[in-house]
Parts: sequence; C-alpha cells; structure tokens
Amino acid sequence: MATMHYREIPGRSFLYWAGLAVCALLTVAGVGAGLYMRAEGHHVTGMNQQIVWGIEHVFAVFLIVAASGALNVASIASVFGRTIYKPLSRLSGLLAIALLIGGLWDLVLDLGRPGHVLDAIIYGNFRSIFAWNMYLYAGFLLITGFYLWFMMERRLNRYSHAMGVTAFLWRLTLTTGTGSIFGFLVSRSAYDTALLAPMFIIMSFAYGLATFLLILIGGFRALARPVGERIRGRLKILLTVFVAAVLYFAVVYNLTNLYMPGQRAFEGFVLLHGGVYTMLFWVGQILIGGVFPLVLLLGKKGASARTLVMASVAVLIGGLAQVYIIIVGAQAYPQQLFPGMIVHSSFYDGVVNPYIPGWPETTLAVSGVGLVGLIVLLAVRVLPFLPLSLADEVTDVHGHDQTVTAAGAAATP
Amino acid sequence: MTGDRTDLVSDAAPEEGHDPSRRRLFALAGGAVAAVLTPGVTLFARTLTVGSGKTPVRYGLLIDSTRCTQGCDACVTACQDYNGLSKKITPDTAQWIRKVTVTDPQTGLTRSFPVMCQHCAQATCVDVCPTGASYRRPDGIVLVDKHRCIGCRYCLMACPYKARSFVGRVVKDQKPWAPRGKGTAEACTMCVERVMDGKAPACVTACAERGKKAMVFGNLHDPKSEIAQKLAQFPTTTIRADLGLEPGVHYRGI
Repeated sequence: MATMHYREIPGRSFLYWAGLAVCALLTVAGVGAGLYMRAEGHHVTGMNQQIVWGIEHVFAVFLIVAASGALNVASIASVFGRTIYKPLSRLSGLLAIALLIGGLWDLVLDLGRPGHVLDAIIYGNFRSIFAWNMYLYAGFLLITGFYLWFMMERRLNRYSHAMGVTAFLWRLTLTTGTGSIFGFLVSRSAYDTALLAPMFIIMSFAYGLATFLLILIGGFRALARPVGERIRGRLKILLTVFVAAVLYFAVVYNLTNLYMPGQRAFEGFVLLHGGVYTMLFWVGQILIGGVFPLVLLLGKKGASARTLVMASVAVLIGGLAQVYIIIVGAQAYPQQLFPGMIVHSSFYDGVVNPYIPGWPETTLAVSGVGLVGLIVLLAVRVLPFLPLSLADEVTDVHGHDQTVTAAGAAATP
Repeated sequence: MTGDRTDLVSDAAPEEGHDPSRRRLFALAGGAVAAVLTPGVTLFARTLTVGSGKTPVRYGLLIDSTRCTQGCDACVTACQDYNGLSKKITPDTAQWIRKVTVTDPQTGLTRSFPVMCQHCAQATCVDVCPTGASYRRPDGIVLVDKHRCIGCRYCLMACPYKARSFVGRVVKDQKPWAPRGKGTAEACTMCVERVMDGKAPACVTACAERGKKAMVFGNLHDPKSEIAQKLAQFPTTTIRADLGLEPGVHYRGI
C-alpha cells in the first residue's frame, strides 16, 4: 500500500516568480480595464446595442464551465471510488475554485454597475436563471471549499466522501444553470433548446479536464515531480471520451437545427456563410477542438505527456471557439422578429452584426485567466495541494492510499 | 384541539408492522418536502396568472401598418425629442423606438411601422432580470428601476423584439421625466409620466399631429376605449405571437 505525500512547492525559482508576476500584472490590468469601462461607459469597448455580450463573457462562461469540469477528477475519486485519482483531488478542487473566481471576475467587472452586484443576491428574482446562478456559484465556492478542507484535514477525512457527493451534485446543477442562461432564451435562433444544459455539462467535462491536465503536467514538469504513465493513461481515456461526447452534442445540436425549416437559415450562417463564425466552427471547434485531439489521443503515444499537453491545448482552443459561437455568433445572427421576411431598420434589424473585441474587454477577459493563475500559484505555495510524486509505484490502483501532508513526512512504509 | 390531537395519537396502538418512529420520519419528510415545494408551486402558480388575469387597466398600443408610411418618422423623432435621446445613428446609440421595413419575399409586399418595447404581459426581460430591476406595473407598463439595474444586459439578450438598449456612455442634458443612467438598461417607457397625466405617449401624439394617425393608445381592458373597440373591429396580431408573451402592442396589417 502506498503512502501519498503532499507538499507545498518551494516557490523560489525564477519561473515561479515570473509566472506570479505575469498573472498579477494581468489581474491588475483587468481591474484597470474594468474601472475604465465603468468610468467611460461601454462605448469604449467593441460591444454595442447589437452585440451586448462580448469576449469577456466568452472567457467568463468558459472559465465557469471549466471550473465545474475541473472538479471532475476529485468527483471520480470520492464519488465513484476510483482511488487512483485521489492524489489529484486537492488540485482538482483548488482549480475548480480558482476557475470559478476567474470567471466571476470577468463577469462582475464587465457589469455596467459592478458595485451593485450584490443586489442580485439581496433582491434576487427567483424567476431569473441568472439570479439562481449567483446562488449556485456562491454555493459551489462554499461546498468545494469545505470539500477541500475535509480532504486536507485528516480528522475530517471521513466526511470528505459525503461532501464530494454534494459537490458533484452541485456542480451538475451549476452547469445546468449556466447552460440554461442561454437555453431558456426564446429570443435568439441559437438558443431556446433544452439541449444546451446537458451540452454545457459535457463541455465542462472536456474543458475542465483539459485545463487540469495542462496545470498538472506543466506544473509537475516545472517542479521535477513525476507523473506516471498509469495516471496519464487514465486521464487520456477520460479526455478522449469527453472530447468525443462534445463532438456528439455538436452534431446533434446542429442536426436538430438543420431538420427544422425555420432554423435552416441560422444553420447556414454557422456552417456555410457566417464568415468568422463558420471558420471558428469548422476550424476551431470541430477540427482543432475535436478531430485533432481525438487523433492525438487515440494514437500510439496518446498517453505521453507531450501528447496530453497538445491535446489539452487544442481542446481549450476549440472550447473557446465553441463558446464564442454560442455567445457572440448567436448575437451576430439577426434576431427573427419577422421570420421569413426581409427586414430593415435604423437599429440594424435583419443584418449580421459585426463585432471586433476592443482592448478593454479583451484585457478584462484575459485578466480572468491571470487571476486563476495567481490563485493557483499562491495556493500551492502556502498549502500542500500537490503530491510529491504521481509515479506509477506511488499511485495505487486497487488499494487505499494513506495521506501524509507534513513536509518531509516518513518514507513509504 | 391540539390536546385532542395529541391524545388521539398517543392512544392509537401502533399497527402491526408500522413503526411509529418511521411514521414520524415520513411525517417529517412530508413536512420538509411541502415546505420546500410550497414556495416553488406558489411562485409557479403566480407566474401562470400574472398577465393572464384581467386587471382594470392595461395600457397598450395599436399600430396600423396600412396607414403608416415608409418615409414618415414622426413617432421616432418625437420620442427622441421628448425623452432626450440622441438622433445620431451608430451601433451603440440607444433606440427606444425604430421604424422597421418588412418585405415579404414571396409577394414583394412591403410594410413600414414602428417597433418599440412591446410591454409584454409575460415579459422575458422581467423574468430574466437577476435583481428585479425590470418590472411590470399593474397597468401593464414595463419599466427599468435604474437604481437596481446592475447593467448585466441579460434583458437585452432575452428580449425577442430587440427593444432594450444599454446606456454605454455618460448622458448629458437629460430630461427630468426620463432619467437615464450610464451602465443601465433602458427602453420605451410608454411615456409613463404623460400617461399618468392623462395624455398619450409622445409617439402617438406626433403620429396624430404630423403622421397618418396610425397609432392608437389606450386601456386594452376598457371595452369603451378606442383601442379596445378597434381591436374588436378588425383582425390584428402581435409580433412573434407564437412566443406567447402577450404583448401590449398590437399591429394591423403585418
């Protein structure tokens, strides 16, 4: 039976400080961009009355969806009893919290009146899925925080299973809620479908795991801590299944639209003549985000660290493209006030609305990622989130591992 | 009463195979389920009745597209002048009312008419607003509470009529009766303060004075009102009636 050791990272290397500095800089830049937008108004951004949610919403939704998926690894360990993933649970929980905070950061700083965000909780309108999401986000942070605590405090370990199950159910609800922000809208051709809720759940699995893999493999390489082939093999299989499932949902979603005569014009826009959106769909979402990682992962070297990193980066790029189409593409396509008619107005009815992200909202969007990095880098330095080794001889597939968090703890018994 | 009930419970011999503690557990669980479900069911029931019930007053508009002419924009300029809106047309200019030209590609028939907030009974903007800043008055007028709006723009995403705008810059020279706030959502108010003074909205007055009398304003629920009588006279419809939002703005000839 193996003993799992966790230890804070030393955090003295140039790489660590450089990473910390870049993330801090991005975060501060995001504050600046948010304040600038607040002071000047959103006319300084690329958004307008037609494209009301821009690149920062793409990043926000992407991060929030990935947050829920990042918790997957911990869920598999504690809910489904796969002990091989247990050593990864702490990082999984940490990443989930960091990603959610990063996403909310983007959302809140983009608000027209960010100082009033708590009004959504104080005056919560329970007919609004957006208000529900506020509670779901707050609950997710709280539950995952307790889950981490129960995992890391040996005396409370016995409660971690129950908290893990709670966190798992909560995250499914949360992603259902995020998908329903769009699925509940009857106003736009791309939305108004219950399919978006489960689609967002499966997207969260893929994006979350890809983010997790990047942090895990990149971080462990920088720390010179090994990640064994066994654990890489397992994660590879998971990622393969998730990417395939995202593709499946994309096919079902688009086929459903194609089958409905009223939706064909919209599908034509996405699949054939939507310019940047068509390119993002075929090249970004399908090719880079779906086919390419599948080919890599199903290849002979599918479980190698390099392949996993490449596949994960591809999944993230494809994911961003997919969320961009879901959010911006849906607004670019003209709203159907008079289906089947040719419509003109001074308010850009009937035309495809252009959108070029401006620097304020782009800075804000990226700052969410910076904040995620900042939280993770600081957390792994002050608390023992990362195992000392994930080499094959340490990760035990069948047995139960013991957990030792004290620095320099006893050797494997 | 309570005492009687207690006696009844304590006197009753437990039936064979029925554990009283389990019964209590079921009762507790039942109570908990009821406590959890009741607010939701009540809310749902309320959602179903809001708007569908006949209130004494529901303000609305009737727009006759057979009278409205393509070149006329009296309603639009009246709205801009009265509410202090910019006349400059750019992608980020707020437009509370706009003239749309709709052509049927099958027949070539073209119509031109104004579109503004449709003041729906089942308003999606009210439903989606996380803070309740978007609200519907008992008389059917849908407004935005600028103090409570956080500027999330979810209502702009949700409105099927593209009727909402977002104030993306500092607004100067505001009209006292039409306060506007940077970072908040806004839309046609049906000139609520004029309506409260017994007048028609600015667009309707302008259409009557400078246009073709294509707009009628009034109480939809008053059978004696001009609007109710006209609605009973000839067939009308609402934009995207299929969505079931029960708009307060009706159209003839579209």
